[in-house]
Amino acid sequence: MKILILGATSAIAEAVARKIASQHGELFLVARNGQTLEMISQDLIVRGATRVGQAVGDLTFQEKYTEWFEAADHFMKGIDVVLIAHGTLGEQRELEKDPDLAFDIFNVNFISAALLSQAAANYFEKGRRGVIAVLGSVAGDRGRQSNYFYGSAKAGLDQFLEGLRNRMFLSGVSVVTIKPGFVSTPMTAHLRKNFLFANPEVIASGILKAIVKKRDIVYLPWFWKYIMCVIKMIPEFIFKRLKL
Amino acid sequence: MTLKYPSLDWDHTIESWGKYPKSKSIVCSLGSRKQEFSQSVQGVEPELSYLAYGRGRSYGDSCLNDGNVLLSTEKLSRFISLDAQTGILKVEAGVTLKEVLDHIVPQGWFLPVVPGTQFVTIGGAIANDIHGKNHHVAGTFGCHVKSLELLRSDGSRRVCSLTQNQDWFKATVGGLGLTGIIIWAEIQLKKIACPWISRETLRFSHLDRFFEYTLDSDSKFEYTVGWMDCLSQGAQLGRGVFFRGNHLLLKDVSEIKVKSDKIKTFPFNAPEFVLNRFSMKVFNTVYYHTHPSKKAELVHYRPFFFPLDGINHWNRLYGKRGFFQYQCVVPFEGTQSPIYDIIETFARSGLGSFLTVIKTFGQKPSPGLLSFPRPGVTLTLDVPNEGKKTLRVLERLDEKVVEAGGRVYPAKDARMSKESFQNYFPERAEFEKFKDPHFSSSFWRRVT
Ligand SMILES: Cc1cc2nc3c(=O)[nH]c(=O)nc-3n(C[C@H](O)[C@H](O)[C@H](O)COP(=O)(O)OP(=O)(O)OC[C@H]3O[C@@H](n4cnc5c(N)ncnc54)[C@H](O)[C@@H]3O)c2cc1C
Ligand SMILES: NC(=O)c1ccc[n+]([C@@H]2O[C@H](COP(=O)([O-])OP(=O)(O)OC[C@H]3O[C@@H](n4cnc5c(N)ncnc54)[C@H](OP(=O)(O)O)[C@@H]3O)[C@@H](O)[C@H]2O)c1
Repeated sequence: MKILILGATSAIAEAVARKIASQHGELFLVARNGQTLEMISQDLIVRGATRVGQAVGDLTFQEKYTEWFEAADHFMKGIDVVLIAHGTLGEQRELEKDPDLAFDIFNVNFISAALLSQAAANYFEKGRRGVIAVLGSVAGDRGRQSNYFYGSAKAGLDQFLEGLRNRMFLSGVSVVTIKPGFVSTPMTAHLRKNFLFANPEVIASGILKAIVKKRDIVYLPWFWKYIMCVIKMIPEFIFKRLKL
Repeated sequence: MTLKYPSLDWDHTIESWGKYPKSKSIVCSLGSRKQEFSQSVQGVEPELSYLAYGRGRSYGDSCLNDGNVLLSTEKLSRFISLDAQTGILKVEAGVTLKEVLDHIVPQGWFLPVVPGTQFVTIGGAIANDIHGKNHHVAGTFGCHVKSLELLRSDGSRRVCSLTQNQDWFKATVGGLGLTGIIIWAEIQLKKIACPWISRETLRFSHLDRFFEYTLDSDSKFEYTVGWMDCLSQGAQLGRGVFFRGNHLLLKDVSEIKVKSDKIKTFPFNAPEFVLNRFSMKVFNTVYYHTHPSKKAELVHYRPFFFPLDGINHWNRLYGKRGFFQYQCVVPFEGTQSPIYDIIETFARSGLGSFLTVIKTFGQKPSPGLLSFPRPGVTLTLDVPNEGKKTLRVLERLDEKVVEAGGRVYPAKDARMSKESFQNYFPERAEFEKFKDPHFSSSFWRRVT
């Protein structure tokens, strides 16, 4: 597998990359922290990756998008899969008070992820093949008082990907929306852990399976599909009274 | 338990593998091998002490820091390099032996020393300077560590080896995590042809036979170990089953299929009546009689080295009160060995041991200042915690070990007295010079 990973320093993305490396895949990694990227690349080489390329940059820099796709294409002589994994949770209370911070949350979780998905679609369209896998979140399924900035960005992304999937269907390009529940990663480091938290390795297996099977939307682990189904059914007049 | 990412909660009840004693700690986490020490412990009150925590596969309290801070190495999980020519592997200290083996065995390499479980970290293996079934030829894990990086609470970093920062290296190998945090290490791997071990099984009806077998085998077999029925006495004192094996040299057997590694989980803490002297007697007798002597057979390395890893949380068998592991080493002296007296004392004590293991340690010295292994015979008992009675018997064993000039393994200890520790480890005074002033453990506070 030849995979371009955007947001490659994410704990979930790294877990995916390790699995691909042990299957002797080829990887091209993009992230903004060069030092971490270098450590990850070394690790993937030892784990068996055939080759690992990298580019350092902020994923909200749209001017760079074409350059990264070209570099990845050149380095691996083609791309099979693009995985978009970056994201930030933000601190809800601060976001309510600071529009600049709030803008960043939308920019990182929605705008940049959507535009990168589009760039991937444009890249794959000519070849009429390819898989675009994007990390959404169960948080996008319903607006909650505790994180509606992040949640709405993921919801917007969800709908964008739905449209893109529809658009690319006849071109043979798959768009996979991945909706993890709680995962133990640096993003959730501050949260009290309970039995609903999954390890990144478990999520990574699910992501790879979804990519291979070219699924449309996957909840990970699987039971979140049913949890969210119930949560979506709660009528708004009750939901607004809940402290979620 | 596996630890999640950093959290400054006090609610983390941490257990070691023996499930005794219980302890509470703040759990922080090292973000990566480049992270500054101060960043890892941000927000922690300065008067608290630190201790690295691998996978908690130590039995007693040497991996616990009750009322203080544990620094999880879970995220130090990256490989750094593997030199395919020399077999030198450089890895971060939180990588487990399982991850290493899964990766290197298909490439024809093996770890120079492995313990009875693969769920321990590289850092834990060095800090306890662990030994395996090949101690008589290979020495301890520390004998194969080429270099390591040590991070101290003052933020300093040192690359240590036998030629560079030599005294820091010696203090850190077997240093019980008290000299600071091991960030990465370089390990010399050894070449193998395939994942298979050629194993022979020899049943022995008396401890004397064990000594005959081990004397005969240690020069011809890389791996030797005896399982012992510690409840039989008299003419059958120390009867058991001796296993010996070598890595298979042939390449063309890599096709043989291994039964799937599906791991079962022991679902809950067993009630206390499950393990009693009677059930242990039955188990030990059945084990003895179902393991007749066998000529060489092929076994995969996993069941050969890690038979207990097939069941997650098997320690729950011992119930909530947990259990003690007691591992001592005493001078060899063949059939004159003080080990006879120790085994007899235990067999007559009224306590039982579920799994008892006996093995000879070889002459190869370890670089570690506080390392446990010494030339001689080592005996490991798994003793359910029955409170005072258990403690009394183990104390009596300590007296005998002290008398014999032996020592007890801190990695498995939850109870040895200050006096015993001082007797076993006179090197302690020298060691203190290298201890990090802000590092401590429940074990260390107990024995010093
Ligand atoms: C089933 C079973 C079989 C075993 N068989 C054997 C055996 O055959 N031979 C043997 O020798 N042992 C054996 N052990 C014991 C085990 O190998 C050791 O206790 C080992 O050190 C546990 O490693 P860990 O990673 O879980 O470390 P922990 O138990 O979490 O910690 C052990 C010690 O290492 C320190 N430490 C951990 N990581 C670091 C680091 N990065 N830097 C500095 N210090 C660190 C801790 O502070 C602590 O003092 C066995 C244990 C089990 C459960
Ligand atoms: N953890 C969960 O519970 C959970 C649940 C559902 C969905 N998700 C989603 O899963 C994805 C991966 O998250 P994770 O859990 O693996 O968290 P993580 O380890 O914190 O990873 C998030 C990554 O996004 C990167 N990033 C953020 N903003 C960026 C920017 N502007 N440019 C470049 N990189 C940027 C971060 O880079 P730096 O390291 O440089 O900051 C970090 O590597 C995210 O999309 C997240 O929303 C997570």
